[in-house]
Amino acid sequence: MRLLMILLCLALPAAAEEVVLGLSQKEVAITTNFDGSEIFVFGAVKRDAPQPEGKLGVIVTISGPPVPVSVRKKERRFGIWVNTDVVEIEAAPSYYAVATSGPIDDVLDTRENILRRVTVTSMIQSISAPTTVLDATGYVKALIRIREKAEAFQLLEGKVVIDDDTLFRTRIKLPAALTEGAYQTRILLTRDGQVVDHYQTAIDVRKVGLERWLYSLSRNQPFLYGLMSLAIAIFAGWGASAAFSLLRN
Amino acid sequence: MQIYLPIAEVSVNAFLLLGLGGMVGILSGMFGVGGGFLMTPLLFFIGIPPAVAVATEANQIVASSFSGVLAHFRRKTVDLRMGVVLLIGGLVGAALGVFVFNYLKSLGQVDLLVKLCYVVFLGVIGGLMFIESLNAIRKTAKGGAVPKRKKHNWIHKLPFKMRFRVSGLYISVIPPLLVGLVVGILAAIMGVGGGFIMVPAMIYLLGMPTKVVVGTSLFQIIFVTAFTTMLHATTNFTVDVVLAVLLLVGGVIGAQIGTRIGVKMKAEQLRILLAIMVLAVCGKLAFDLLVMPSELYSIGAAEGH
Repeated sequence: MRLLMILLCLALPAAAEEVVLGLSQKEVAITTNFDGSEIFVFGAVKRDAPQPEGKLGVIVTISGPPVPVSVRKKERRFGIWVNTDVVEIEAAPSYYAVATSGPIDDVLDTRENILRRVTVTSMIQSISAPTTVLDATGYVKALIRIREKAEAFQLLEGKVVIDDDTLFRTRIKLPAALTEGAYQTRILLTRDGQVVDHYQTAIDVRKVGLERWLYSLSRNQPFLYGLMSLAIAIFAGWGASAAFSLLRN
Repeated sequence: MQIYLPIAEVSVNAFLLLGLGGMVGILSGMFGVGGGFLMTPLLFFIGIPPAVAVATEANQIVASSFSGVLAHFRRKTVDLRMGVVLLIGGLVGAALGVFVFNYLKSLGQVDLLVKLCYVVFLGVIGGLMFIESLNAIRKTAKGGAVPKRKKHNWIHKLPFKMRFRVSGLYISVIPPLLVGLVVGILAAIMGVGGGFIMVPAMIYLLGMPTKVVVGTSLFQIIFVTAFTTMLHATTNFTVDVVLAVLLLVGGVIGAQIGTRIGVKMKAEQLRILLAIMVLAVCGKLAFDLLVMPSELYSIGAAEGH
Protein backbone atom coordinates (compact mmCIF):
# COMPACT_ATOMS: atom_id res chain seq x y z
CA MET A 1 0.00 0.00 0.00
CA ARG A 2 2.70 2.41 1.04
CA LEU A 3 4.80 1.48 -1.95
CA LEU A 4 1.88 2.15 -4.24
CA MET A 5 1.40 5.59 -2.70
CA ILE A 6 5.06 6.45 -3.19
CA LEU A 7 4.83 5.28 -6.78
CA LEU A 8 1.78 7.41 -7.35
CA CYS A 9 3.47 10.42 -5.82
CA LEU A 10 6.48 9.92 -8.00
CA ALA A 11 4.81 9.02 -11.26
CA LEU A 12 2.63 12.06 -11.70
CA PRO A 13 4.81 15.12 -11.43
CA ALA A 14 8.27 13.60 -11.99
CA ALA A 15 8.13 14.30 -15.68
CA ALA A 16 7.82 18.04 -15.04
CA GLU A 17 10.77 18.51 -12.65
CA GLU A 18 13.82 16.40 -11.93
CA VAL A 19 16.79 16.63 -9.56
CA VAL A 20 20.30 16.55 -10.96
CA LEU A 21 22.84 16.04 -8.22
CA GLY A 22 26.49 16.69 -7.59
CA LEU A 23 28.51 15.74 -4.55
CA SER A 24 31.87 17.12 -3.52
CA GLN A 25 32.97 13.60 -2.70
CA LYS A 26 31.64 10.10 -3.05
CA GLU A 27 33.85 8.77 -0.30
CA VAL A 28 35.00 9.86 3.13
CA ALA A 29 38.25 8.27 4.22
CA ILE A 30 38.86 7.94 7.94
CA THR A 31 42.59 8.31 8.27
CA THR A 32 44.68 8.44 11.43
CA ASN A 33 44.38 12.22 11.64
CA PHE A 34 40.69 12.31 10.65
CA ASP A 35 39.02 15.30 12.28
CA GLY A 36 35.58 15.37 10.78
CA SER A 37 34.66 16.31 7.25
CA GLU A 38 32.32 18.54 5.30
CA ILE A 39 30.22 17.33 2.41
CA PHE A 40 29.27 19.86 -0.22
CA VAL A 41 26.00 18.85 -1.86
CA PHE A 42 24.91 20.75 -4.95
CA GLY A 43 22.60 20.24 -7.87
CA ALA A 44 20.02 21.65 -10.20
CA VAL A 45 16.35 21.26 -10.99
CA LYS A 46 15.83 20.09 -14.57
CA ARG A 47 12.59 21.15 -16.27
CA ASP A 48 11.03 20.17 -19.57
CA ALA A 49 8.14 22.59 -19.18
CA PRO A 50 7.68 26.07 -17.70
CA GLN A 51 7.89 26.25 -13.93
CA PRO A 52 4.78 24.89 -12.22
CA GLU A 53 2.89 26.69 -9.48
CA GLY A 54 3.72 26.34 -5.78
CA LYS A 55 6.69 27.06 -3.58
CA LEU A 56 9.85 25.11 -4.41
CA GLY A 57 11.63 23.32 -1.57
CA VAL A 58 14.80 21.21 -1.41
CA ILE A 59 15.62 18.77 1.37
CA VAL A 60 18.95 16.98 1.68
CA THR A 61 19.36 14.11 4.13
CA ILE A 62 22.48 12.13 4.96
CA SER A 63 22.04 9.02 7.05
CA GLY A 64 24.65 6.80 8.64
CA PRO A 65 24.19 3.02 8.71
CA PRO A 66 21.23 2.08 10.93
CA VAL A 67 22.24 -0.09 13.88
CA PRO A 68 20.35 -1.49 16.86
CA VAL A 69 21.02 0.41 20.08
CA SER A 70 19.90 0.10 23.64
CA VAL A 71 18.97 3.16 25.64
CA ARG A 72 19.28 2.85 29.40
CA LYS A 73 17.86 5.02 32.11
CA LYS A 74 19.53 5.70 35.42
CA GLU A 75 17.64 5.65 38.68
CA ARG A 76 18.68 6.12 42.25
CA ARG A 77 19.17 2.77 43.97
CA PHE A 78 20.77 2.46 47.42
CA GLY A 79 21.91 6.07 47.17
CA ILE A 80 23.79 5.75 43.88
CA TRP A 81 22.70 6.24 40.30
CA VAL A 82 22.56 2.98 38.39
CA ASN A 83 21.20 1.84 35.03
CA THR A 84 17.81 0.25 35.51
CA ASP A 85 15.37 -0.04 32.62
CA VAL A 86 16.43 -0.57 29.05
CA VAL A 87 14.67 0.07 25.75
CA GLU A 88 15.98 -1.56 22.60
CA ILE A 89 15.70 0.47 19.42
CA GLU A 90 16.01 -1.83 16.46
CA ALA A 91 17.40 0.68 14.00
CA ALA A 92 18.84 4.10 14.70
CA PRO A 93 21.35 5.75 12.40
CA SER A 94 24.68 6.57 13.98
CA TYR A 95 24.56 9.85 12.09
CA TYR A 96 21.65 11.76 10.59
CA ALA A 97 21.52 15.21 9.06
CA VAL A 98 18.59 16.99 7.45
CA ALA A 99 19.17 20.24 5.57
CA THR A 100 16.24 22.17 4.15
CA SER A 101 15.68 25.29 2.11
CA GLY A 102 13.26 26.68 4.70
CA PRO A 103 11.41 25.80 7.92
CA ILE A 104 10.72 22.07 7.78
CA ASP A 105 6.95 22.48 8.17
CA ASP A 106 6.84 24.80 5.16
CA VAL A 107 8.88 22.68 2.77
CA LEU A 108 7.53 19.31 3.75
CA ASP A 109 4.01 18.11 4.38
CA THR A 110 3.56 16.16 7.66
CA ARG A 111 2.14 13.13 5.87
CA GLU A 112 4.99 13.10 3.37
CA ASN A 113 7.44 13.40 6.25
CA ILE A 114 6.09 10.26 7.91
CA LEU A 115 5.81 8.41 4.61
CA ARG A 116 9.36 9.09 3.52
CA ARG A 117 10.84 9.12 7.02
CA VAL A 118 12.59 12.43 6.60
CA THR A 119 12.99 13.99 10.04
CA VAL A 120 14.83 12.10 12.71
CA THR A 121 11.73 11.26 14.77
CA SER A 122 10.08 9.56 11.83
CA MET A 123 13.39 7.90 10.95
CA ILE A 124 13.78 5.99 14.22
CA GLN A 125 11.32 3.18 14.46
CA SER A 126 10.77 -0.28 15.87
CA ILE A 127 11.07 0.14 19.61
CA SER A 128 10.93 -2.90 21.82
CA ALA A 129 10.40 -1.94 25.41
CA PRO A 130 9.71 -4.26 28.35
CA THR A 131 6.21 -3.95 29.79
CA THR A 132 7.65 -2.31 32.93
CA VAL A 133 8.66 0.73 30.86
CA LEU A 134 5.75 3.10 30.49
CA ASP A 135 7.40 6.05 28.76
CA ALA A 136 9.17 4.38 25.83
CA THR A 137 8.99 7.60 23.82
CA GLY A 138 11.04 9.30 26.52
CA TYR A 139 13.87 6.93 25.64
CA VAL A 140 13.67 7.81 21.96
CA LYS A 141 13.67 11.50 22.84
CA ALA A 142 16.73 10.92 25.03
CA LEU A 143 18.52 9.16 22.17
CA ILE A 144 17.83 12.10 19.87
CA ARG A 145 18.83 14.63 22.53
CA ILE A 146 22.17 12.88 23.23
CA ARG A 147 23.01 12.46 19.56
CA GLU A 148 22.02 16.06 18.77
CA LYS A 149 24.35 17.25 21.51
CA ALA A 150 27.18 15.24 19.94
CA GLU A 151 26.30 16.77 16.55
CA ALA A 152 25.55 13.29 15.25
CA PHE A 153 21.96 14.38 14.57
CA GLN A 154 21.53 17.72 12.86
CA LEU A 155 18.52 19.63 11.63
CA LEU A 156 19.75 22.42 9.38
CA GLU A 157 16.65 24.44 8.55
CA GLY A 158 17.16 27.01 5.83
CA LYS A 159 20.70 25.87 5.13
CA VAL A 160 19.96 24.80 1.55
CA VAL A 161 20.44 27.81 -0.72
CA ILE A 162 18.34 27.94 -3.90
CA ASP A 163 19.38 30.27 -6.74
CA ASP A 164 16.88 31.28 -9.43
CA ASP A 165 14.59 28.37 -8.46
CA THR A 166 17.06 26.11 -10.29
CA LEU A 167 20.43 25.70 -8.59
CA PHE A 168 20.75 24.54 -5.00
CA ARG A 169 23.66 23.90 -2.67
CA THR A 170 24.42 23.12 0.97
CA ARG A 171 27.27 22.09 3.23
CA ILE A 172 26.83 19.34 5.79
CA LYS A 173 29.35 18.67 8.53
CA LEU A 174 30.37 15.15 9.45
CA PRO A 175 31.70 14.87 13.03
CA ALA A 176 35.10 13.38 13.93
CA ALA A 177 33.57 10.37 15.69
CA LEU A 178 32.18 8.60 12.60
CA THR A 179 31.39 4.96 12.16
CA GLU A 180 31.99 3.10 8.93
CA GLY A 181 29.40 2.27 6.32
CA ALA A 182 27.36 3.52 3.40
CA TYR A 183 25.86 6.93 4.20
CA GLN A 184 22.60 7.17 2.29
CA THR A 185 22.17 10.60 0.77
CA ARG A 186 18.74 11.74 -0.39
CA ILE A 187 17.59 14.85 -2.19
CA LEU A 188 13.88 15.59 -2.09
CA LEU A 189 12.35 18.21 -4.34
CA THR A 190 9.04 19.59 -3.07
CA ARG A 191 6.29 21.88 -4.33
CA ASP A 192 4.03 23.22 -1.55
CA GLY A 193 5.23 20.47 0.75
CA GLN A 194 4.52 17.66 -1.73
CA VAL A 195 7.50 15.66 -2.95
CA VAL A 196 7.78 15.93 -6.73
CA ASP A 197 11.08 14.16 -7.28
CA HIS A 198 13.80 12.47 -5.33
CA TYR A 199 17.27 11.23 -5.90
CA GLN A 200 19.29 8.81 -3.78
CA THR A 201 22.95 7.96 -3.69
CA ALA A 202 25.45 6.74 -1.09
CA ILE A 203 28.62 8.18 0.31
CA ASP A 204 31.08 5.54 1.34
CA VAL A 205 32.67 6.22 4.72
CA ARG A 206 35.62 3.94 5.27
CA LYS A 207 38.64 3.63 7.46
CA VAL A 208 41.71 3.53 5.26
CA GLY A 209 45.37 2.64 5.60
CA LEU A 210 46.53 1.87 9.11
CA GLU A 211 43.07 2.44 10.60
CA ARG A 212 41.49 -0.05 8.22
CA TRP A 213 44.22 -2.60 8.77
CA LEU A 214 44.16 -2.46 12.57
CA TYR A 215 40.39 -2.53 12.76
CA SER A 216 39.93 -5.51 10.47
CA LEU A 217 42.77 -7.40 12.11
CA SER A 218 41.20 -6.88 15.54
CA ARG A 219 37.90 -8.33 14.30
CA ASN A 220 39.08 -11.08 11.98
CA GLN A 221 42.24 -12.23 13.75
CA PRO A 222 41.71 -11.14 17.38
CA PHE A 223 44.33 -13.54 18.74
CA LEU A 224 46.98 -12.29 16.35
CA TYR A 225 45.93 -8.70 17.02
CA GLY A 226 46.28 -9.25 20.77
CA LEU A 227 49.77 -10.71 20.37
CA MET A 228 50.73 -7.89 18.04
CA SER A 229 49.44 -5.24 20.47
CA LEU A 230 51.51 -6.79 23.25
CA ALA A 231 54.61 -6.96 21.07
CA ILE A 232 54.25 -3.38 19.84
CA ALA A 233 53.59 -2.07 23.34
CA ILE A 234 56.55 -3.94 24.85
CA PHE A 235 58.82 -2.79 22.07
CA ALA A 236 57.65 0.84 22.34
CA GLY A 237 58.05 0.84 26.12
CA TRP A 238 61.47 -0.74 25.98
CA GLY A 239 62.52 1.48 23.09
CA ALA A 240 61.41 4.68 24.81
CA SER A 241 63.25 3.86 28.04
CA ALA A 242 66.36 2.77 26.11
CA ALA A 243 66.30 6.00 24.11
CA PHE A 244 65.93 7.99 27.30
CA SER A 245 68.89 6.33 29.00
CA LEU A 246 70.99 6.83 25.84
CA LEU A 247 70.07 10.49 25.89
CA ARG A 248 71.12 10.78 29.52
CA ASN A 249 74.62 9.31 28.99
CA MET B 1 46.68 17.28 16.45
CA GLN B 2 43.57 15.11 16.45
CA ILE B 3 44.04 11.40 16.10
CA TYR B 4 41.34 8.86 15.30
CA LEU B 5 41.52 5.77 17.52
CA PRO B 6 40.58 2.78 15.33
CA ILE B 7 39.03 0.60 18.06
CA ALA B 8 37.58 3.20 20.42
CA GLU B 9 36.17 4.96 17.31
CA VAL B 10 36.66 8.40 18.80
CA SER B 11 38.90 11.23 17.75
CA VAL B 12 41.08 12.69 20.50
CA ASN B 13 43.98 15.08 20.70
CA ALA B 14 47.26 13.16 20.47
CA PHE B 15 49.06 15.66 22.70
CA LEU B 16 46.37 15.28 25.35
CA LEU B 17 47.06 11.55 25.42
CA LEU B 18 50.83 12.03 25.45
CA GLY B 19 50.45 14.59 28.24
CA LEU B 20 48.15 12.33 30.22
CA GLY B 21 50.62 9.47 29.83
CA GLY B 22 53.44 11.78 30.85
CA MET B 23 51.62 13.10 33.91
CA VAL B 24 50.68 9.66 35.19
CA GLY B 25 54.22 8.54 34.30
CA ILE B 26 55.73 11.28 36.49
CA LEU B 27 53.51 10.22 39.37
CA SER B 28 54.29 6.54 38.91
CA GLY B 29 58.02 7.31 38.75
CA MET B 30 57.77 9.44 41.90
CA PHE B 31 55.84 6.91 43.93
CA GLY B 32 57.02 3.68 42.34
CA VAL B 33 53.50 2.56 41.45
CA GLY B 34 52.14 1.38 38.11
CA GLY B 35 49.71 4.24 37.67
CA GLY B 36 46.98 2.12 36.07
CA PHE B 37 44.60 3.02 38.87
CA LEU B 38 44.99 6.70 37.97
CA MET B 39 45.15 6.31 34.19
CA THR B 40 41.97 4.25 33.73
CA PRO B 41 39.67 6.75 35.52
CA LEU B 42 41.35 9.62 33.65
CA LEU B 43 40.55 7.86 30.37
CA PHE B 44 36.90 7.65 31.47
CA PHE B 45 36.96 11.39 32.13
CA ILE B 46 38.20 12.24 28.61
CA GLY B 47 35.49 10.14 26.99
CA ILE B 48 37.12 6.81 26.14
CA PRO B 49 34.51 4.04 26.54
CA PRO B 50 35.21 2.24 29.87
CA ALA B 51 35.49 -1.19 28.21
CA VAL B 52 38.19 0.13 25.85
CA ALA B 53 39.95 2.02 28.66
CA VAL B 54 40.21 -1.08 30.85
CA ALA B 55 41.43 -3.41 28.09
CA THR B 56 43.91 -0.91 26.63
CA GLU B 57 45.29 -0.04 30.04
CA ALA B 58 46.06 -3.73 30.61
CA ASN B 59 48.06 -3.69 27.37
CA GLN B 60 49.93 -0.57 28.44
CA ILE B 61 50.81 -2.00 31.85
CA VAL B 62 52.49 -5.03 30.24
CA ALA B 63 54.81 -2.71 28.39
CA SER B 64 55.55 -0.29 31.21
CA SER B 65 56.30 -3.16 33.61
CA PHE B 66 58.56 -4.90 31.09
CA SER B 67 61.57 -2.61 31.35
CA GLY B 68 61.11 -2.54 35.14
CA VAL B 69 61.24 -6.30 35.52
CA LEU B 70 64.38 -6.53 33.36
CA ALA B 71 66.18 -4.21 35.76
CA HIS B 72 65.05 -6.33 38.73
CA PHE B 73 66.24 -9.54 37.02
CA ARG B 74 69.67 -7.97 36.60
CA ARG B 75 69.74 -7.12 40.31
CA LYS B 76 68.45 -10.64 41.16
CA THR B 77 65.54 -9.23 43.15
CA VAL B 78 62.84 -11.48 41.67
CA ASP B 79 61.60 -14.52 43.60
CA LEU B 80 60.69 -16.63 40.59
CA ARG B 81 59.12 -19.43 42.60
CA MET B 82 56.85 -17.05 44.51
CA GLY B 83 56.19 -15.21 41.24
CA VAL B 84 54.96 -18.38 39.56
CA VAL B 85 52.65 -19.26 42.48
CA LEU B 86 51.21 -15.73 42.43
CA LEU B 87 50.91 -16.00 38.67
CA ILE B 88 48.87 -19.23 38.76
CA GLY B 89 46.40 -17.54 41.10
CA GLY B 90 46.50 -14.45 38.90
CA LEU B 91 45.64 -16.27 35.66
CA VAL B 92 42.63 -17.97 37.26
CA GLY B 93 41.58 -14.62 38.71
CA ALA B 94 41.93 -12.82 35.37
CA ALA B 95 39.79 -15.42 33.61
CA LEU B 96 37.16 -15.07 36.35
CA GLY B 97 37.37 -11.29 36.13
CA VAL B 98 36.85 -11.18 32.36
CA PHE B 99 33.94 -13.59 32.72
CA VAL B 100 32.26 -11.33 35.31
CA PHE B 101 33.11 -8.27 33.17
CA ASN B 102 31.46 -9.74 30.06
CA TYR B 103 28.43 -10.92 32.01
CA LEU B 104 27.82 -7.49 33.50
CA LYS B 105 28.48 -5.88 30.14
CA SER B 106 25.55 -7.87 28.76
CA LEU B 107 23.42 -6.48 31.61
CA GLY B 108 24.60 -2.93 30.91
CA GLN B 109 26.13 -2.66 34.37
CA VAL B 110 29.83 -2.83 33.53
CA ASP B 111 30.46 0.91 33.96
CA LEU B 112 28.92 0.74 37.39
CA LEU B 113 30.98 -2.32 38.35
CA VAL B 114 34.24 -0.72 37.23
CA LYS B 115 33.48 2.57 38.95
CA LEU B 116 32.29 0.94 42.17
CA CYS B 117 35.45 -1.19 42.29
CA TYR B 118 37.49 1.97 41.91
CA VAL B 119 35.63 3.85 44.62
CA VAL B 120 35.93 0.96 47.09
CA PHE B 121 39.58 0.10 46.44
CA LEU B 122 40.89 3.62 46.03
CA GLY B 123 38.97 4.66 49.14
CA VAL B 124 40.28 1.83 51.32
CA ILE B 125 43.89 1.96 50.07
CA GLY B 126 44.04 5.76 50.05
CA GLY B 127 42.55 5.98 53.52
CA LEU B 128 44.88 3.37 55.02
CA MET B 129 47.91 4.91 53.37
CA PHE B 130 46.95 8.37 54.58
CA ILE B 131 46.55 7.25 58.21
CA GLU B 132 49.70 5.15 58.14
CA SER B 133 51.93 7.85 56.70
CA LEU B 134 50.44 10.44 59.06
CA ASN B 135 51.38 8.20 61.98
CA ALA B 136 54.85 7.65 60.51
CA ILE B 137 55.43 11.39 60.20
CA ARG B 138 54.30 11.88 63.81
CA LYS B 139 56.63 9.10 65.00
CA THR B 140 59.70 10.40 63.19
CA ALA B 141 58.94 13.81 64.63
CA LYS B 142 59.04 12.22 68.12
CA GLY B 143 62.13 10.23 67.19
CA GLY B 144 60.57 6.84 68.01
CA ALA B 145 61.80 3.48 66.71
CA VAL B 146 60.39 1.78 63.61
CA PRO B 147 57.81 -0.82 64.68
CA LYS B 148 58.81 -4.46 64.26
CA ARG B 149 56.85 -6.84 62.05
CA LYS B 150 55.26 -9.90 63.61
CA LYS B 151 57.07 -13.03 62.47
CA HIS B 152 54.39 -15.64 63.11
CA ASN B 153 50.68 -15.44 62.37
CA TRP B 154 47.78 -17.66 61.29
CA ILE B 155 49.30 -18.03 57.85
CA HIS B 156 51.96 -20.37 59.22
CA LYS B 157 49.31 -22.87 60.34
CA LEU B 158 48.01 -23.57 56.78
CA PRO B 159 48.91 -26.81 54.91
CA PHE B 160 50.77 -27.26 51.52
CA LYS B 161 53.93 -25.57 52.69
CA MET B 162 56.61 -24.69 50.19
CA ARG B 163 60.10 -23.27 50.50
CA PHE B 164 60.74 -19.91 48.82
CA ARG B 165 64.52 -19.62 48.93
CA VAL B 166 64.96 -16.10 47.54
CA SER B 167 62.44 -14.68 50.01
CA GLY B 168 63.74 -16.90 52.82
CA LEU B 169 60.23 -18.16 53.55
CA TYR B 170 58.66 -21.54 54.30
CA ILE B 171 54.92 -20.97 54.04
CA SER B 172 51.74 -22.50 52.64
CA VAL B 173 51.01 -21.85 48.96
CA ILE B 174 47.37 -20.98 49.74
CA PRO B 175 47.88 -17.32 50.76
CA PRO B 176 50.02 -16.39 47.70
CA LEU B 177 47.55 -18.19 45.43
CA LEU B 178 44.69 -16.19 46.95
CA VAL B 179 46.60 -12.92 46.72
CA GLY B 180 47.32 -13.70 43.05
CA LEU B 181 43.66 -14.55 42.43
CA VAL B 182 42.37 -11.28 43.89
CA VAL B 183 44.93 -9.27 41.91
CA GLY B 184 43.99 -11.14 38.72
CA ILE B 185 40.30 -10.33 39.16
CA LEU B 186 41.12 -6.68 39.76
CA ALA B 187 43.40 -6.57 36.72
CA ALA B 188 40.60 -7.81 34.48
CA ILE B 189 37.85 -5.62 35.91
CA MET B 190 39.70 -2.41 36.70
CA GLY B 191 42.49 -2.38 34.10
CA VAL B 192 45.20 -2.09 36.74
CA GLY B 193 48.33 -4.06 37.46
CA GLY B 194 47.24 -4.50 41.05
CA GLY B 195 50.61 -3.58 42.52
CA PHE B 196 48.91 -1.29 45.01
CA ILE B 197 47.14 -4.32 46.53
CA MET B 198 49.82 -6.93 45.94
CA VAL B 199 52.81 -5.06 47.39
CA PRO B 200 51.22 -4.43 50.82
CA ALA B 201 49.83 -7.99 50.84
CA MET B 202 53.27 -9.46 50.09
CA ILE B 203 54.93 -7.44 52.83
CA TYR B 204 52.36 -7.63 55.60
CA LEU B 205 50.51 -10.88 54.83
CA LEU B 206 53.21 -13.12 53.35
CA GLY B 207 56.09 -11.51 55.20
CA MET B 208 58.35 -11.24 52.16
CA PRO B 209 61.51 -9.12 52.37
CA THR B 210 60.91 -5.66 50.89
CA LYS B 211 63.77 -5.85 48.39
CA VAL B 212 62.24 -8.73 46.39
CA VAL B 213 58.63 -7.49 46.61
CA VAL B 214 58.63 -5.02 43.73
CA GLY B 215 60.48 -7.25 41.24
CA THR B 216 58.33 -10.27 42.05
CA SER B 217 55.09 -8.32 41.79
CA LEU B 218 56.17 -6.85 38.43
CA PHE B 219 56.93 -10.37 37.20
CA GLN B 220 53.39 -11.50 38.11
CA ILE B 221 51.79 -8.31 36.75
CA ILE B 222 53.38 -8.68 33.29
CA PHE B 223 51.96 -12.13 32.70
CA VAL B 224 48.56 -11.49 34.27
CA THR B 225 47.99 -8.25 32.35
CA ALA B 226 49.26 -9.87 29.12
CA PHE B 227 46.73 -12.66 29.66
CA THR B 228 44.01 -10.09 30.41
CA THR B 229 44.89 -8.18 27.23
CA MET B 230 44.53 -11.35 25.18
CA LEU B 231 41.19 -12.19 26.82
CA HIS B 232 39.79 -8.70 26.20
CA ALA B 233 41.18 -8.63 22.65
CA THR B 234 39.62 -11.98 21.72
CA THR B 235 36.25 -11.68 23.48
CA ASN B 236 35.44 -7.96 23.48
CA PHE B 237 37.68 -6.54 20.69
CA THR B 238 38.38 -3.57 22.94
CA VAL B 239 42.19 -3.27 22.93
CA ASP B 240 43.19 -0.08 21.13
CA VAL B 241 46.85 -0.36 20.25
CA VAL B 242 47.14 3.23 18.99
CA LEU B 243 45.84 4.52 22.33
CA ALA B 244 48.17 2.19 24.23
CA VAL B 245 51.28 3.29 22.35
CA LEU B 246 50.53 7.01 22.79
CA LEU B 247 49.97 6.62 26.53
CA LEU B 248 53.05 4.47 26.79
CA VAL B 249 55.47 6.85 25.12
CA GLY B 250 54.29 9.68 27.36
CA GLY B 251 54.35 7.37 30.35
CA VAL B 252 57.92 6.11 29.91
CA ILE B 253 59.32 9.63 29.55
CA GLY B 254 57.24 10.85 32.49
CA ALA B 255 58.42 7.97 34.67
CA GLN B 256 62.07 8.91 34.11
CA ILE B 257 61.39 12.49 35.21
CA GLY B 258 59.28 11.29 38.13
CA THR B 259 62.01 9.00 39.47
CA ARG B 260 64.35 11.97 39.66
CA ILE B 261 61.80 14.06 41.57
CA GLY B 262 61.03 11.11 43.87
CA VAL B 263 64.67 10.76 44.98
CA LYS B 264 64.65 14.33 46.32
CA MET B 265 61.61 13.79 48.55
CA LYS B 266 61.09 11.98 51.86
CA ALA B 267 59.28 8.63 51.82
CA GLU B 268 56.54 9.75 54.25
CA GLN B 269 55.87 12.93 52.30
CA LEU B 270 55.64 10.93 49.09
CA ARG B 271 53.22 8.46 50.60
CA ILE B 272 50.95 11.12 52.03
CA LEU B 273 50.88 12.90 48.66
CA LEU B 274 50.02 9.67 46.88
CA ALA B 275 47.31 8.98 49.47
CA ILE B 276 45.76 12.41 48.88
CA MET B 277 45.77 11.85 45.12
CA VAL B 278 44.21 8.41 45.39
CA LEU B 279 41.50 9.84 47.66
CA ALA B 280 40.88 12.70 45.20
CA VAL B 281 40.26 10.33 42.27
CA CYS B 282 38.09 8.17 44.53
CA GLY B 283 36.13 11.24 45.60
CA LYS B 284 35.49 12.36 42.03
CA LEU B 285 34.21 8.92 41.02
CA ALA B 286 32.05 8.64 44.14
CA PHE B 287 30.66 12.12 43.53
CA ASP B 288 29.61 11.11 39.99
CA LEU B 289 27.80 8.07 41.32
CA LEU B 290 26.05 9.91 44.16
CA VAL B 291 24.98 13.12 42.45
CA MET B 292 22.07 13.07 40.03
CA PRO B 293 23.59 13.03 36.53
CA SER B 294 22.60 15.80 34.13
CA GLU B 295 21.66 13.18 31.53
CA LEU B 296 19.74 10.25 32.98
CA TYR B 297 19.82 8.22 29.80
CA SER B 298 22.76 6.56 28.08
CA ILE B 299 23.18 4.87 24.74
CA GLY B 300 24.87 1.51 24.38
CA ALA B 301 25.30 -1.13 21.74
CA ALA B 302 22.33 -3.48 21.70
CA GLU B 303 22.71 -7.02 22.99
CA GLY B 304 21.47 -10.28 21.63
CA HIS B 305 21.89 -9.35 18.00
